Amino acid sequence: MLLEVSDLKVCYGDIHAVEGVSLSIGEGELISVIGANGAGKSSLLNCVMGIVPSRGGKVIFCGRDITSLPVHERAREGIRIVPERARVFPRLTVYENLLAGCFGMKDKISFPEKLSWIYGLFPVLEERKSQLGSTLSGGEQQMLAISRALISDPKLLLVDEVSMGLMPVLVDKVFEVMEMLNREHGLTILLVEQNALASLGISSRSYVLETGKIVLEGASGDLLKDPKVQEAYLGL
Amino acid sequence: MNDYSITILTFIAIQAIVACGLNVIVGYAGQISLGHAAFFGIGAYSSALLTTKAGLTFWAALPLVILITGSIGLVLGMPSLRLREDFLAVTTIGINFIVESVFLYVPFFGGALGLGGIPSITFLGTRLRGPNFLYLCLVLLGLVLLISRRFTKSWAGLACFALREEETAASSMGVSPIRFKLLAFVLGTAMAGMGGALYAHLMRFISATDFGFPLSITLMSMVVLGGIGTLWGPVLGALILGVLPEVFRPLIDYRMLLNAAILLLMIRFQPAGLLGEGSFLRGLFQRKGGTSNG
Repeated sequence: MLLEVSDLKVCYGDIHAVEGVSLSIGEGELISVIGANGAGKSSLLNCVMGIVPSRGGKVIFCGRDITSLPVHERAREGIRIVPERARVFPRLTVYENLLAGCFGMKDKISFPEKLSWIYGLFPVLEERKSQLGSTLSGGEQQMLAISRALISDPKLLLVDEVSMGLMPVLVDKVFEVMEMLNREHGLTILLVEQNALASLGISSRSYVLETGKIVLEGASGDLLKDPKVQEAYLGL
Repeated sequence: MNDYSITILTFIAIQAIVACGLNVIVGYAGQISLGHAAFFGIGAYSSALLTTKAGLTFWAALPLVILITGSIGLVLGMPSLRLREDFLAVTTIGINFIVESVFLYVPFFGGALGLGGIPSITFLGTRLRGPNFLYLCLVLLGLVLLISRRFTKSWAGLACFALREEETAASSMGVSPIRFKLLAFVLGTAMAGMGGALYAHLMRFISATDFGFPLSITLMSMVVLGGIGTLWGPVLGALILGVLPEVFRPLIDYRMLLNAAILLLMIRFQPAGLLGEGSFLRGLFQRKGGTSNG
């Protein structure tokens, strides 16, 4: 297993956001975690990245316990996050945003090669390479956030609500890219989404999170047919 | 140019060096510091003590002064930079008052009488005064600008920019927040130390009140006025705030009022500073086809 999360707990003061979640991801898998607003999806993802501290449980990555590692050291281990609402660097150019994405990796990857691959994936970023991050549209910012994470050649990509606030045609495009990255490049992805239909569609396995607990897990195809999932998340 | 203008320009050059240091901390790394005058003072006192009590020449003392100021910056920065925004602002104000008090109350630092008898700088056997002292300041200012520019083009600079913009996003790309904030802080305080050494040997007498909180505010005003995070902004800010009191000498009693008015107008109409992104002056340069990197 590439990532093993066991009995993870996240609290904000007295509020329990994640209450003992366990999940695992094998190398090359695309896993999704679906759930309603406030179910604890983002907290779970941020805790795996180390952005919010855990109040119990363990995070094992590549066989190593990283529960107590700070964010930047987890990043160096090869975990990257596409944060909610992109969080691009507003006063840096698109190019500088991408350069920052492979900070400390210049010996491990070939930046020019990765850059042309990214520009091939999202040609609009090449057109806008010398524009400031803040001047991009919401969709472009999301593409930049994905690219900024991809350029470092991560072992595990965490994706937080990438569809939020995007127009439907862009949502499709972004999900297509995720699927392609997984199928063709063997990238391991943990997707956290409110858009259940789309994420069940591209993932092999899924977890359903409700008020901080996993209530259902299984092959995404089976979950799509599950009457409870259909009623609660697919609106069927 | 008469002696008087040369003296004014020398002061401006020294303050520009110190303001450039503050710009590295506030502009590049986005860490607010309202106690920068403390490090200017540490530089001045270090150089004064090394040349009077230890008998070193200015040139032998200067590297030590930079080292001492930078080290104290490192020690004081380590706990402070873990704080954010307003807490950091209050802490750095505290540092300023503590350092000033140490100079004022510890007899080793001359107490209320200050430190006198600081030797002037000699270069190739002649004493540096008047225009020659100004040239030395300008050379060192050039060096500081060169280092600032190199820093902004380096990986460390990019790491600082990223932290300034979005700390969480930056750290989830492998940028250690404390490490790069400290680097900027040490670099900025070392520049302040260099300015302090020049000040001590220009004045040849220093006392604790020269390095009080109001100076920290003035330095911050220079950076904000000129353009926070730009290369030339602090220099322009130091020039304007240094020249204005001379131009408006009849209004000397209203100096602080005038400074406040300028700052408020800046914040209202040119929040990024005179040379900042989207400012009037920058637009003017760019329309003329000149490439301004700020």
